[in-house]
Amino acid sequence: MIPASFDYSAPNTLEEALKLLQEIGDEAKILAGGHSLIPMMKLRFAEPEHLVDLNNIPGLSEVSMNGDTLTIGAMAREVDVEDSEEVAKVFPIFKDAAKLIADPQVRNFGTLGGNLAHGDAANDQPAVMLALNADLEITGLDGARTVGIDEFFYGFYMTAIQEGEILTKITIPVPSGKVGNAYHKLERKVGDYATAGVAVQLVLDADGTCISAGIGLTNVNATPLRAERSEQALVGTKVDDAAIEAAAQAASEDCNPSSDLRGSEDYKRRVVKTITKRMIAKALERANA
Amino acid sequence: MKKEITLKINGEEVTAEVEPRTLLVHFIREQVSMTGTHIGCDTSSCGACTILINGKSAKSCTILAVQANGKEITTVEGLATADGPHPLQEGFKLAHGLHCGFCTPGMMLRAVELLDKNPDPTEEEIRWGISGNLCRCTGYNNIVKAVQYASAKMRGAELPNTDPVFVE
Repeated sequence: MIPASFDYSAPNTLEEALKLLQEIGDEAKILAGGHSLIPMMKLRFAEPEHLVDLNNIPGLSEVSMNGDTLTIGAMAREVDVEDSEEVAKVFPIFKDAAKLIADPQVRNFGTLGGNLAHGDAANDQPAVMLALNADLEITGLDGARTVGIDEFFYGFYMTAIQEGEILTKITIPVPSGKVGNAYHKLERKVGDYATAGVAVQLVLDADGTCISAGIGLTNVNATPLRAERSEQALVGTKVDDAAIEAAAQAASEDCNPSSDLRGSEDYKRRVVKTITKRMIAKALERANA
Repeated sequence: MKKEITLKINGEEVTAEVEPRTLLVHFIREQVSMTGTHIGCDTSSCGACTILINGKSAKSCTILAVQANGKEITTVEGLATADGPHPLQEGFKLAHGLHCGFCTPGMMLRAVELLDKNPDPTEEEIRWGISGNLCRCTGYNNIVKAVQYASAKMRGAELPNTDPVFVE
């Protein structure tokens, strides 16, 4: 399978890339890791006229923990975050997720920014970013703006990134207090999209009372979904069995899965409930470790 | 419109003109005439087309040839040296790490990076490490043994027994 013909540019600076995007207009498509885009182009689901490759632009791949913020450049590879022991100390959720994202070869090239900008509810990082309350920096010729993760996913394959803009950076707050986070998805085999996936982050005070909770769901809605009622069911509690049950039940009710080859709607709701329970328990265990 | 690219394949510099839509695996097989890199699923699932780009394993059916401009590529043809086969090649031979051989070049190139990052992997780490490579002869046990052999040999450790296991 070979993609339809297109033109290709690999600019060396962000400015040059932004100018190219403006010149070419809506026939341009950004190439990051390419591991979602190129398969779609091979199947001719996507036939962009011009690819603007960001891989030659320096400075977009930083992964760093600075006090109260984790910064991830949009062009950082999945493997860069997966391999960072510094990140894993506070955010082991990235190791959980990475192991379940495609396979090692794909993670060598696939980028965090691409995983988000693709706008696919079946991708795993969107749910993780919802749980971690990420902010996304989007840069255009007029400068950069920051969009909260809750304002980022608009619809099926649609995000807040406008024509001529590039997602450049992801910032994640490091919460104060006891923090635990975890991700799991049910997949039929390595490399499969999730039947359902759940990302959880809990922040506890010294007494073990939950002061904030983030829960994101993968592939059970047209867009990546924040399980708000589930979060509310945990905040203010000691995250006891009753609170976990209530949160998991709410997630299974509030998601909107569709029946497909991965299972029926009813089955997926049950999967969401089970994984939500397990991930809350795992995040709690990590917060108390 | 064709683009000129210059890259190194197994240490040799190659300059060529390619259409932007040319996939790297097709460039390697058809324009450079190195057919050791296989095309299996053509959907980045099976790993038969795995090569190294600047030392990182990659599925060459999902990368454009133009993206390899300026990069160093290693294919299975570049594994052996004048001194003989690569320890992985030796391991695959001794441990019967292949049946039909179709997945073998991709398996070995993937294992090169795995051992580069983790010279002494556990069995579980090897199995996760090759999770992007499918063997439809289902010879995974012997592939794991082949990688364990190469790991021991490259570390200078005692070589494991590679005799096949017969089930009565």
